[in-house]
Amino acid sequence: MRTNKRGWCLGAALTVGLVWSGSARAEGEQFMPVPSYRIGPYAAGGTSLYGGFIDYMNLINMRDGGINGVKLVWEECETEYKPDRGVECYERLKAKGPTGAAMFNFYSTGIAYALINKATADKIPLVTIAHGRTDAADGRYFPYVFPLITHYWSLNTDIIRYIGQREGGMANLKGKKIVHLHHGSAYGKEPNAIFQKQAEKYGFEAKIIEVPAPGSEQQAQWLEIRQFKPDWVIVTGWGVMNPAMLKNAARVGFPMDHIIGNVWTGSEEDVEPVGAPAKGYISAAINPPGKDFKVIQEIERVVYAAGKGNMTDKNRVGSIYYNRGVLTGIVAVEAIRVAQGKFGKKPLTGEQIRWGLENLNLDASRIAAIGATNFIQPLKVSCNDHEGGGAAKFQQWDGTKWKIISDWIQADKDLVRPMIEESAKKYATENNLPLRDCGKEKS
Amino acid sequence: MIYREAGQFRTTYAADTRIFPIAQDRLGMALLLAAAFVAVPFLASEYALTALLIPMLVLALAALGLNILTGYAGQFSLGTAAFMSVGAFAAYNIQLRLPWMPLLVTFVLAGLISAGVGLVFGLPSLRIKGFYLAVATLAAQFFVDWLFTKVGWFSNYSSSGVITAQRMVIAGVPIETPERRYLLVLSIVSVLALIAKNLSRTRTGRSWMAVRDMDVAAEVIGIPILRTKLTAFGVSSFYCGVSGALWAFAYLGTVEPQAFDLQRSFQILFMVIIGGLGTVMGAFLGAAFIMLFPLFLNWLFHALVRGEVRPGLLSQLELVCFGALIIIFLIVEPLGFARLWQIAKEKLRLWPFPH
Amino acid sequence: MAFFVEVLVGGLLAGVMYSLVALGFVLIFKASGVFNFAQGAMVLAAAMTYAGLVDKGWSGWMAFLAALATMVLFALATERLVLRPLVNQPQISLFMATIGLTFVLEGVSQAVWGSVVRGLDLGIPDTPLEVKGVLISKFDLVASATAGTLVVLLALFFQKTRVGRALRAVADDHQAALSVGIPLERIWAVVWAAAGAVALVTGLLWGSRLGVQFALSQIALKALPVIILGGFTSIAGAIVGGLIVGASEKVAEVYLGPIIGGGIENWFPYVLALLFLLVRPDGLFGEKRIERV
Repeated sequence: MRTNKRGWCLGAALTVGLVWSGSARAEGEQFMPVPSYRIGPYAAGGTSLYGGFIDYMNLINMRDGGINGVKLVWEECETEYKPDRGVECYERLKAKGPTGAAMFNFYSTGIAYALINKATADKIPLVTIAHGRTDAADGRYFPYVFPLITHYWSLNTDIIRYIGQREGGMANLKGKKIVHLHHGSAYGKEPNAIFQKQAEKYGFEAKIIEVPAPGSEQQAQWLEIRQFKPDWVIVTGWGVMNPAMLKNAARVGFPMDHIIGNVWTGSEEDVEPVGAPAKGYISAAINPPGKDFKVIQEIERVVYAAGKGNMTDKNRVGSIYYNRGVLTGIVAVEAIRVAQGKFGKKPLTGEQIRWGLENLNLDASRIAAIGATNFIQPLKVSCNDHEGGGAAKFQQWDGTKWKIISDWIQADKDLVRPMIEESAKKYATENNLPLRDCGKEKS
Repeated sequence: MIYREAGQFRTTYAADTRIFPIAQDRLGMALLLAAAFVAVPFLASEYALTALLIPMLVLALAALGLNILTGYAGQFSLGTAAFMSVGAFAAYNIQLRLPWMPLLVTFVLAGLISAGVGLVFGLPSLRIKGFYLAVATLAAQFFVDWLFTKVGWFSNYSSSGVITAQRMVIAGVPIETPERRYLLVLSIVSVLALIAKNLSRTRTGRSWMAVRDMDVAAEVIGIPILRTKLTAFGVSSFYCGVSGALWAFAYLGTVEPQAFDLQRSFQILFMVIIGGLGTVMGAFLGAAFIMLFPLFLNWLFHALVRGEVRPGLLSQLELVCFGALIIIFLIVEPLGFARLWQIAKEKLRLWPFPH
Repeated sequence: MAFFVEVLVGGLLAGVMYSLVALGFVLIFKASGVFNFAQGAMVLAAAMTYAGLVDKGWSGWMAFLAALATMVLFALATERLVLRPLVNQPQISLFMATIGLTFVLEGVSQAVWGSVVRGLDLGIPDTPLEVKGVLISKFDLVASATAGTLVVLLALFFQKTRVGRALRAVADDHQAALSVGIPLERIWAVVWAAAGAVALVTGLLWGSRLGVQFALSQIALKALPVIILGGFTSIAGAIVGGLIVGASEKVAEVYLGPIIGGGIENWFPYVLALLFLLVRPDGLFGEKRIERV
């Protein structure tokens, strides 16, 4: 009988959970879902990313009273970086708040792929900053997907351009040897096509080496690299692959300042476990590290001083992933602001915020007003171009912190855009997606 | 009082050997099916359908497959997710290259391809037993994972290796809405569950159970071991393959090779063990528990602890609770939920009398 | 030729690191017949405890002793709460229970120590050593020496001491051991504590290679082909299996990989072990099972 009672309670609770989906609705508030990952192998990054995001939203609420008076409310849902949990979080959170979810930031390519069709059907924008489906940058086929700031292909061209800069000009790339070391997953393979294309264009010898996931073993790969004797190694890594990569590179004696990681291969979590040997390692960055920016200082002044900061370890404020979370917050808030400009200063639906995202135009003066000069690059999103930026800065690890060593390096749009359009078209034909006419859609 | 057999006389062998010989059981099953097919699509919210019921049914199908292999035939396998992966990619490729193929036939073909792969990886079972076999099936897991990431043909040369399943259309009727997808999955799963139940009562099923109990003795009395073990692998992989195809088409809509990793195999093994090894009901109960319980914990913690708790701590506590509960469950009822259900039915037969 | 030797030596040394992990599995399986999937999580928990305490300012030795004590406590708790109630259950249930343990350990470690990635500096420089044109890592050499010492110590323990003999008796037949008066529970606690100590050493070495983070618990998967090759119940098998797996993995990746497409490191050892098992179904040094009708 004991077990039966337990079973009844469980069954009753489950039934309640099954049929009940709404929660207390508050008028006058904009709901922002926060689908975070705080457990699992990527928890270190996830905690900082979403910590920064939440802190920025808190700042807007506490300092400014919301966006034009409309406060932000949010709810977290643990996705563990898995597509099926991500889908469950999406379904759970999409209808919350008076007008539904504003937008989703999953920071996981797998989850983003799984939800592209659903989000489009439900009319909720899916923002995939520096990750996700690259060809969604062609907004004509993907009205609800926004790979903002930059995506894998632009990033790869940024890195090659930076190498060109270091070599004294793109012409000097001819005859050089560059290796692309990548994580053995969908994410890691993404830049291969554009990497090969650039090899053809600039005449360098390209070699692609895969590290089987999760990437803790790279000895064989680095011995191969030692044999090949490249001038530069570009790394598309994630998680445990990153510190393992640096350790193995040090072990074979490859010079650190000739290794360039992408934006997911260059954080404090990656280099700190390696210690002294990682000094000199370079990586790309879409947001700089540090607290030297007005927006970060404001967060400390307003949010942390009142004890409402999200990070338990305050030393992580200002780290790369934390600042990227703040960047996410800035983009989200500004998009809502733009949408409010057209639809009114009230809680908006996903469809309206999509318009805001598509017409987002962060120029230098607006960036300065936010307090994010040098923190975020100028962004101009349009119906055609859902990326809006494409540039990256480069930073170097000096043993204790990251230091920016370059200015914004622009992507090679002439090379990237045709590839994106071709890929998007292929996907659209396969799946019967309609082509939007950007000229016809007047803002 | 209500669950008595008094007054029910079975006059033919056919009546005696049915799956549900007692009338109340048949009524209960009919009600359950009616509720599942008719009531749920009307009453359940979109969230419940898309995020709870569909994945539960799809995983229950995979659990049925593993049940056949581990529960009936006693072959310990950790490669379940690999066979699901084969089914998903096979279904995608069939729909891609032969777009005129009817959807249901595609699923069956995907299952058959998966069965073939299962046969290949099941060959070692003739020589290897127990945990060694389990770890050997991991070879299937990693190899299939690598194959689908590496060979571009399988994912139609997409730059990332992620496939997006095509839209489903059966006899001109598009299957897009959550209700339709749910009904499709429910129908397929019910039919296959019936087949599994019947299989266990045939000669094949009995030889599986003989092999599970003591395969040396089974061989001695003349059961063909090779055929028996291989059929177990084949049928089990068929179920897992169809499950994988449904996962790709009816549930998530996309498949990346990492979706079917070792964690998934463990999850399905949990479902089978906690549900009850060797029972069809166990697959469903286990799937419901393993899928819904973490969400229930999540909901419970959110409801109990409002406000200022260190974020992330909740998620970690959920993980700890889940692990602890599995251990407690294994201690309290090692034969799984199916056994609890059986005990409940036995008590119900006597109710309200004490004995 | 020098390159081949380089890859081979690197592989052998990597293999020793795998053997370290495999050692924990073998210990527990040998003495209690339980396939302890939680070994990976134990490595993680031990390493996190050590790194977390060092982070807080404790000295290396104090942190080591504290971590060791934690692992012993964990062993006692596991024996009392998990193993004793599950004493006669089929192997698969015990295996599942250890997976449950994995979740508990992972959750508790991350809850207590946070999800921050910590570095572990053992004071061993990782600069390469060049011997006749072949690159060898100093760190790997130290790791192999440690693993070797551990193996010798454990082998001596099992063969020469009273407790070791009792452990072998328990592994042979629980009932018989009980009837002769060997205290089953205490033996299991000792074995799990020993496995915990091995996990600590493993955690320190692997942690300084990869950083102390969640991915440490995944290295258990690397050890599985080692134990199926070497046999679930043999300590020598763990070392030999590790060497074979490590060497073949790296050599195959470098020489076979480019032909097939690269990235074969993940499944190659499993397929190799599978082929091996077809010839010797109980592993290289595993106990031959005799089945009677």
